Amino acid sequence: MQFIKSDININFIGKRKIAFIVSSVMILISIASLIIHGGPRYGIDFAGGTLIQVKFLNPTAIDDIKSGLATIGLKKSSIQTFGASDDNEYLIRTDKSLMTDKELSEEVFQALKFSTKNDLEIRRIEMVGPQVGKDLREKALFAMFFSLLFITIYISGRFEFKWILSGVMAGALMGAVYFLSLFHVSIPFLIGAALIVTLILFWFLQLKYAMGAIVALIHDVSITVGIFSICGKEFTLPIIAALLTIIGYSLNDTIIVFDRIRENLRKKQKNPLQTIINSSINETLSRTVLTSLTTLAVVVCLFTMGGGIIHDFAFAMIIGILVGTYSSIYVASPILIAWQVQKKQK
Amino acid sequence: MIVIGIIIAAFIYVLPTFKPALWPHKKINLGLDLQGGMHLVLEVDTQKAVEGTVERIAQELKDQVKKEHIRNIIIDRIEGTKISVIIRDPDKVAEFDKLLDKDFKDLRILSRSNDGENLVIAMNLPDKRTDQIKKMATDQALETIRNRIDQFGVSEPDIRRQGEKRLLIQLPGIKDTKRAKELIGKTAQLEFKLVDETHDLDAALKGNLPPDSQILYQVKEDPLTRRTSETPFLIKKRSLLSGAYLTDARVQIDSQYNEPYVGIDFNRKGARIFERITAANVKKRLAIVLDNKVYSAPVIQEKISGGSARITGNFSAEEARDLAIVLRAGALPAPVNIIEERTVGPSLGSDSINKGLMSMCIGGILVVLFMIIYYKTSGLIADFALILNILLIAGGLAGFQATLTLPGIAGVILTIGMAVDANVLIFERIREELGLGKTPRAAVDAGYGRATLTILDANVTTLIAALVLFQFGTGPVKGFAVTLSLGVIASLFTALVLTRAIFDYLLINRKTKTLSI
Repeated sequence: MQFIKSDININFIGKRKIAFIVSSVMILISIASLIIHGGPRYGIDFAGGTLIQVKFLNPTAIDDIKSGLATIGLKKSSIQTFGASDDNEYLIRTDKSLMTDKELSEEVFQALKFSTKNDLEIRRIEMVGPQVGKDLREKALFAMFFSLLFITIYISGRFEFKWILSGVMAGALMGAVYFLSLFHVSIPFLIGAALIVTLILFWFLQLKYAMGAIVALIHDVSITVGIFSICGKEFTLPIIAALLTIIGYSLNDTIIVFDRIRENLRKKQKNPLQTIINSSINETLSRTVLTSLTTLAVVVCLFTMGGGIIHDFAFAMIIGILVGTYSSIYVASPILIAWQVQKKQK
Repeated sequence: MIVIGIIIAAFIYVLPTFKPALWPHKKINLGLDLQGGMHLVLEVDTQKAVEGTVERIAQELKDQVKKEHIRNIIIDRIEGTKISVIIRDPDKVAEFDKLLDKDFKDLRILSRSNDGENLVIAMNLPDKRTDQIKKMATDQALETIRNRIDQFGVSEPDIRRQGEKRLLIQLPGIKDTKRAKELIGKTAQLEFKLVDETHDLDAALKGNLPPDSQILYQVKEDPLTRRTSETPFLIKKRSLLSGAYLTDARVQIDSQYNEPYVGIDFNRKGARIFERITAANVKKRLAIVLDNKVYSAPVIQEKISGGSARITGNFSAEEARDLAIVLRAGALPAPVNIIEERTVGPSLGSDSINKGLMSMCIGGILVVLFMIIYYKTSGLIADFALILNILLIAGGLAGFQATLTLPGIAGVILTIGMAVDANVLIFERIREELGLGKTPRAAVDAGYGRATLTILDANVTTLIAALVLFQFGTGPVKGFAVTLSLGVIASLFTALVLTRAIFDYLLINRKTKTLSI
């Protein structure tokens, strides 16, 4: 059986301008959404606060839960249903991190039992102090940044044999980031600046494969973050795990295309770069689609059946796989051409 | 041969998880999110430990000054960790300096100035010494809490230091979280102090506090109405005896009122001190103060020798037991604050396992079916590799004693999707080579040869992301990083070594003209 015939030849590169516009618009929408919503919506992992998951035996009105919480001073908490509606499960979230000796779960239990006249079970409590939230936020940003940097070293090393150059550059960047972070510079700002510096350095050092890969990755991550922001979903630790996995996954796709480009460059040196890149994408297209399909299939299973806790994680993965597949075809490879165009103009 | 060896090893490691009786090795650890339990991060208030040390030194200094009969000197702890000394009598300066040089070399003199007639000295501890105190406070807190938890009886607790002054505590399967938190978080600073009966309590409550005394409360909870009442006491600041001299603490039942209390025993030095203070203060009230709360303040009837005392205070049996544990395990050197808490009920945990495994099975079946339909016999080989892959991940988890968490299950599911990727790459390549007119044997060789590097490159990057995640993550996320890394390595092995071996076997033994791919 074969979905995609081996002699397929779609002109991907010819449509790169359209793709460029589509990508830019999506990224702009993502950024706009982030600005409108005042930054990403942090879950308690990053913002600090308390999360309580309760399960009622019988259907319960949200208003009853609210009035119950009001009696113990948690009036400002947000309540949302969790999982399937016939589970009668709710997530209660407050900004306060309740660190006192008072036993919160028992208090909530009593208050809700009284106000809803319904038997319930407290299934999960998570409390994160504000300082921990801030620490985790910074750690998450560092994790994203460092994984990007390590990956680019690897790519420049493997594809262009510039291990030392990229290693030194990455080392210097890491040193600079570490050094500056000691001076209480705002971490998000610092990481953003470091990313821009990285991109500029890549451009001037002509690390084009690494540049292509990293642009594709930033593209994937920012669009995923944007869609999360549009859907009003929260950023939690598992979502960061999902984003890092997306980075790994999308890169997987990108590298396989790059690898074919490298191989074809050696074989057919006469052909123009555009044709080589296009045929490389076509040759690997069957694999790209197949792998995306199988991965997508399992992640959709996870999304529909994995239960509420893993729901958002699976959602992020679905977006990531779709965007990642798109970007390895339409974003990473055309970046290689951008160099050639640049050279011709000189 | 290696292939078979690895498979058998993985199988042996997985076995105990399903049939514990067959093989006495360790099972796969389940994370707190799957088996229920409590995850706590505590921060040790190390500043308080420094303050405590400084307070003790100031107290010692006062004692020495008194002993040497150096009068007209006021010694106080100010701004938390400084000691201020005001000497009103210029003649005494030399004497005081001598004392300072002899017994208090530790102290660093910050300033020395004349304020009219008075000489004002400010002192504190050198930075190196405060750092040491802080470090020791965290270490000691870790030890003490470990002791308490061991005595409380939790199976397989995980207690470790996290960073400079944080402690990470994981208590799987714990049900009474309230009790556990009280047990862990209690400073358990036991002190014996005299009640100040020379000054008026009411005047003190109005703000007219004698300099050497403080107001502490006795908190009582009515077991029926659950209302608490607070009774104020005027207590002398000076601590006569502390919990540091305890050798034992245990629950006993009062035969008269049938109420539990905690009986404590002092060591020899403590017993001597206790005897001395009870002898010197007959008919006065001695308050038993725990964490700045008065438990009782009985009148001393006579000199008590033998070194035993009892702490009463309307305890329930559980409260008395926990108090005995914390007293036995010793006081925390500084108060601790809970800065992160995650509690998962056991029912949610088992729900998560069921749902996770369910989606894993269905996802797996989908992929397996797809591979067979798309690649026929070769697909079957890939499926075989996939199943071994899962076995290898499970074996790896058990072998490395890693923890399986809910995101970890997601990691396995993701690997199922991605593991076939390597095979897809190889098979597509073989198809291409076959399309060029090569024989099955040559096509397989070329396919593997060409695809190997690509597969390595592609998987190393995923591995990099997973390793960074492992570094950064805590608990569940770390579990994800572990299964993802194991999955990547396992899929490299199955795709490049295992399926290759199967193909070779098929193609050598029968001189196949066609390849089912």
